Amino acid sequence: MREHDAPDPHLPLEEDAGLTYYEQRVEAIQALLIEKGLLSADDVRRAVEDMEARSPAVGARVIARAWVDPHFKRHLLADAKAAIATLGINVDTWSTLVAVENTPAVHNVVVCTLCSCYPRSLLGVPPDWYKSLNYRARVVQEPRTVLKEFGLELASDMEVRVYDSTADMRYLVIPQRPAGTEGLSEAALAELVSRDSMIGVTRAREPSP
Amino acid sequence: MQYQPGERVRIRVASPSGHYRTPTYIQGKIGVIEAVHGAFRNPETLAYGGDGRPKQPLYLVRFDQTHIWARAESAASVPFCQNDRLLIDIYEHWLEPAPEE
Repeated sequence: MREHDAPDPHLPLEEDAGLTYYEQRVEAIQALLIEKGLLSADDVRRAVEDMEARSPAVGARVIARAWVDPHFKRHLLADAKAAIATLGINVDTWSTLVAVENTPAVHNVVVCTLCSCYPRSLLGVPPDWYKSLNYRARVVQEPRTVLKEFGLELASDMEVRVYDSTADMRYLVIPQRPAGTEGLSEAALAELVSRDSMIGVTRAREPSP
Repeated sequence: MQYQPGERVRIRVASPSGHYRTPTYIQGKIGVIEAVHGAFRNPETLAYGGDGRPKQPLYLVRFDQTHIWARAESAASVPFCQNDRLLIDIYEHWLEPAPEE
């Protein structure tokens, strides 16, 4: 990515700088809901904890299964939510998941130009760059330039498909299975599936020799 | 569902007040229905405490990058290639039939 102006990660959070309008509003609504007994502070804490406990490891498990089980992969491509449920993974109830497959001819990459829609139930909290104006504005206009900045250069005759998830769909990229992984277990394969490869800005990791 | 996969459509040009999910960069552009997702509640009323009904058919629409962006490919950096596509989810009330080619 071109512009890195992330703040120093070691600086303390400036919580005393004052709340924004929306922070004040959320705090007021939360205080009212607690006061009226509709939820408790512990409910809120637990929901945040659950949200932050989700990680790309969940998505990686799904991809590894798709690599080893052609029947599962067909199911995943046809109805991702139902397929993932067969693995005992709980997916958001309101949004619909769509899996798209990278092949030698097609490379898929996902963005949400309007906000930061992201398959959180499978990948956890989105990275900061995914929410940045830079990525959101540029990946739809110059996808190959952006992918190159991530270290991914694709042949010019490949089809790059950028998915702009503007509505109720959440897109999951199935990266290509790396060569030389025939003997690996499903768990070892899952280790090769990075978060970014499921967003589509890179390939799955190569196995270490 | 008014449109079928393979049909050419144009994205309406509009800027209604309030919340809508059709980015301006795609408005007025002509694409092809890639898939029909089904019927979903309308975010334009859902965003304001409404029930989002009647549900709106939601489509995945495919565009050629070369159609969306009128930009010469510079030698230094190739922003996209001939086969590259953009796919975007659009609610039916933002679609209209594309004019004849």
